[in-house]
Amino acid sequence: MRYLPLTPTDRRDMLGVIGAKSVDELFKDVPASARLPGKVPGLPDHLGELEVERAFQNYAAKNVSPSTAPFFVGAGAYRHHVPSTVDYMIQRGEFLTSYTPYQPEITQGTLQYLFEFQTQVSLLTGMEVANASMYDGSTAASEAVLMANRVTRRTKALISGGLHPHYRNIIETTAHWQGYSAVAGAADPEGLEDLSAKVDKETSCVVVQNPSFFGHVCDFTKLAAACHAAGALLIVVVTEVVSLGLIKPPGEMGADIVVCEGQSIGNGLGFGGPYVGLFATRDKYVRQMPGRLVGETVDADGKRGFVLTLSTREQHIRREKATSNICTNAGLCALAFTVHLTLLGEVGFRRLAELNHAKASELADRVAALPGVKLLNDSFFNEFTVSLPKPAAPVVEALAERRILAGVPVSRLIPNDPSVDNLLLLAATETATESGMGPLIAGLKEVL
Amino acid sequence: MVRSLDRSQGRSGGIAAGTSDNPTFTGNRALQIEEPLIFEMGQPGRCGVDLPEPPKVKDRLNGLKRAGQIGLPGLSEPQVVQHYTRLSQKNYAIDMGVYPLGSCTMKHNPRINEKVARLPGIGDLHPLQAVSTVQGALELIDRLAHWLKTLTGMPAVAMSPAAGAHGEMCGMMAIAAALEARGERAKRKVVLAPESAHGTNPATAAALGFVVKPIPANERGRVDLTALKAALGPDVAAIMLTNPNTCGLFENEIVEISKAVHDAGAFFYCDGANFNAIVGRVRPGDLGVDCMHINLHKTFSTPHGGGGPGAGPVVLSAALAPYAPYPWIVKDGERWRVAEDGAAVDGKPLGRLKAFHGQMGMFTRALSYIMSHGADGLKQAAEDAVLSANYLMASLQDIMTPAFEGPCMHEALFDDSFLKDTGVSTLDFAKAMIDEGYHPMTMYFPLVVHGAMLIEPTESQAKEDLDVFIAALRSLAERAKSGTAEEDFKAAPRFAPRRRLDETLAARKPVLRWRPSNNPPEGDPMKQAAE
Amino acid sequence: MADTKYTQEHEWIRVEGDVGTIGITQYAQEQLGDVVFVDVPQSGRKVTKGEACAVVESVKAASDIYAPATGEVVEANAGLADSPGDVNAEPMGKGWFFKIKLLDKGELSGLMDEAAYNAFVKTLG
Repeated sequence: MRYLPLTPTDRRDMLGVIGAKSVDELFKDVPASARLPGKVPGLPDHLGELEVERAFQNYAAKNVSPSTAPFFVGAGAYRHHVPSTVDYMIQRGEFLTSYTPYQPEITQGTLQYLFEFQTQVSLLTGMEVANASMYDGSTAASEAVLMANRVTRRTKALISGGLHPHYRNIIETTAHWQGYSAVAGAADPEGLEDLSAKVDKETSCVVVQNPSFFGHVCDFTKLAAACHAAGALLIVVVTEVVSLGLIKPPGEMGADIVVCEGQSIGNGLGFGGPYVGLFATRDKYVRQMPGRLVGETVDADGKRGFVLTLSTREQHIRREKATSNICTNAGLCALAFTVHLTLLGEVGFRRLAELNHAKASELADRVAALPGVKLLNDSFFNEFTVSLPKPAAPVVEALAERRILAGVPVSRLIPNDPSVDNLLLLAATETATESGMGPLIAGLKEVL
Repeated sequence: MVRSLDRSQGRSGGIAAGTSDNPTFTGNRALQIEEPLIFEMGQPGRCGVDLPEPPKVKDRLNGLKRAGQIGLPGLSEPQVVQHYTRLSQKNYAIDMGVYPLGSCTMKHNPRINEKVARLPGIGDLHPLQAVSTVQGALELIDRLAHWLKTLTGMPAVAMSPAAGAHGEMCGMMAIAAALEARGERAKRKVVLAPESAHGTNPATAAALGFVVKPIPANERGRVDLTALKAALGPDVAAIMLTNPNTCGLFENEIVEISKAVHDAGAFFYCDGANFNAIVGRVRPGDLGVDCMHINLHKTFSTPHGGGGPGAGPVVLSAALAPYAPYPWIVKDGERWRVAEDGAAVDGKPLGRLKAFHGQMGMFTRALSYIMSHGADGLKQAAEDAVLSANYLMASLQDIMTPAFEGPCMHEALFDDSFLKDTGVSTLDFAKAMIDEGYHPMTMYFPLVVHGAMLIEPTESQAKEDLDVFIAALRSLAERAKSGTAEEDFKAAPRFAPRRRLDETLAARKPVLRWRPSNNPPEGDPMKQAAE
Repeated sequence: MADTKYTQEHEWIRVEGDVGTIGITQYAQEQLGDVVFVDVPQSGRKVTKGEACAVVESVKAASDIYAPATGEVVEANAGLADSPGDVNAEPMGKGWFFKIKLLDKGELSGLMDEAAYNAFVKTLG
């Protein structure tokens, strides 16, 4: 078996050194009732590479790849072009098969790229400090609420009706089982919500999203002031990190914690994971921040180096009193993010954002011109909401049968709410072309 | 032309110029290259990507267009490739040799996993594209779920947790949900866990409002069954055990333990971090567990990637299955669908723990590994892992001090008694291993053993390589015990890209990002790019 | 004259009049290693005997500090923010954590004096 180097001779020799007659002796502590006569029954034996590849090609053949169809799906994950360099760098064995940098002397590669990543995240979000990544944006948002609870010593979170429904559901789930309260506003497709008046002295945090789930671009400066006046924290979620290339960052609006889904940069769609959560805050809150942190220091020769630091906050030391139970970060996905962003640089990142906005603007105008279709957004980045003259889910399904991936019906993420049944979310990134938009428009005309 | 880079960041000492003996001009040592930060390398206007000129459109940004510079450096593609290549050469990795970190299962990461994960139609799917267009993806996830359930002998599995700790949270939430359904959530507030437990266990329990009480171990390093029975009562919600445990030992009384726990009306959470010792040979369901998270990045070879990503699906007993979080992947006849928040399912989901469906990239890689090994290969892998650890134990027990009497399972635990009165600590011993070309084993965990050294070779090492590793450790142990090598050990590592780093300084004066120097680069990068 | 008492958790309290100054002992700072951060309660906070009210962090550990007696915090050692190493250098002196105005001096009678504490530390090996 190609992955198992030990030969029967090796095994015999090793048993001899151990002083056991067979490997079964080494399993003598397994209770008799749990001993199997041989392999676990009901499962096939090993396969060579050719057969394994074929099996996965069969799975792939039953799916419609976004690269083969008009594609306008967003709602928290976005299709962007990732430069070839990224995938080659992350597949270097020294990155792919390395581990958490617990021994910094021989993991300076990982530590340095994470230090650079932390800096990039701080710059993008306009905040003072960022950690070395979280599992993804959605779990990072939940951790941000827990952090706000610790900082303010309060237990009531206010959730915007513009927050991605999955993110809201995760916060509500965590609130229920971890014993605090999360009050969610009604869905806000028109972008009219104003939470300032709802913040009071019991509020630990307000969680908003920019652009919102429905695409609206908002100014949260006033809300930030209302939060601070009441002693609460403002948490801003960004699910499309490319938007930060064109839109005023939350740090400049007064946010206390900024959480992003970093998937758009460096990481493909991957059917939902693994992604990479970005988490940034102010210096004064750094000891309450969950997740890993890389810091700069010097070694015994006086040379600059990097180490994991402030780890006394974490589970392996504080145990019950940890800031979070988190152990891993999103290592390789953070590397992909930082390599891609380094390739883009200031010029490329801003240009990428402009391209996205231009494509979405074009699509918005064309879709809004269809009879019976209403564009709900005055503002958007690369995704917007339209109201159709009939329920959106069957429309999307009908277009899927024509191999057109026509966005996400809002009712898929907000079920059991008739007021959103006719709403459709459409995204257009720099990858959108006429050969995609044309068929989409034609298809919509036909189906509506 | 000399690169003049200010790497001093205000510290005295300026540019590093190599060690005092045989300094080089650049400070480099052949293939070991001193690497600046990207912020110290970039030039305004440079870009490593060619993007078309965006058409001029009227902004629809609500007047919130970003003003000013973000501050990102500009590098061309060659520079980027050189930078990250040079950084990679400062890392130890599984691809280099033995990575004996106990409880991390650093086994070989097969490259076919990477190939299939990137297939068009798998790696590039959007999680929310119409379900009729992703039937193959759903079938793939279900196939992995089938393997995990069958290997563990459990009827259900929650696939969405993103990592082991996330899986622990899922499993303990499911227990809380089951207790709530019984009306016992307020009554059962105590969770029992051994002192040897991984820190994520008590952290997870405490987050859910449980009070964690320790269960003592007996002299054989296993759970003291009598003490456990005494601690069980109507106020106990669950025990959290790792099996094999964090000392590398199989809990031989585990069936009695699970019976006692169930008789007391409590649940049995099993931390599956050490599943590699028994996969394909023993089914945790046969041992009485109610839920167990599986670290796909440990037992099933998905790459550790510098600290993540992971995946932590949780197998569930019939009692806990109804509470699995959304989404549920359900088969209706020949078609797959995804039951998402609010959908009616045959149960009462505890809620949602992650956006979308789970770590699909890790599912693909784990399934590829599992299919490659098959039932026969997985059993062989577990046996080879256990054999290798015992071989290490037997080859070192005369010169190092095993913490418990053998045999062990897939990892060998030593304490620092053999270093007594040598002036050499576990930490010093580990740093000396670095100079020998090895990543050190896990140190100071579990906490219950003094100066713990936990060595897990996995099944991926050839016997010849294990023999060299053993010989190196023997040599280090002999030198330490000679009583004359304390200074040498304290000076280790000497040959790594960095010597020992000042962690006190890093924690007292945290510098967690690069900041622009007092002289920012001149000119507007956008204008320069256009020129 | 100031009277210093000790707890089993290695805190000391030195009483002058109504006010007790609290810190950790030489043994404690040795066990912790280099102190990197101390989280002290602010003035005005009321603490109960036995309540965890401060945290001392070293690189590898974080320990709770328990109030040896009940009272109201009147001063926290501001110097620790810049020089947490004072706890290692002078744990009984400039490395003090905070001062409380004692509610009931009778609570101190259960604590160890210096001789008893030193004997206790010897038993820890």
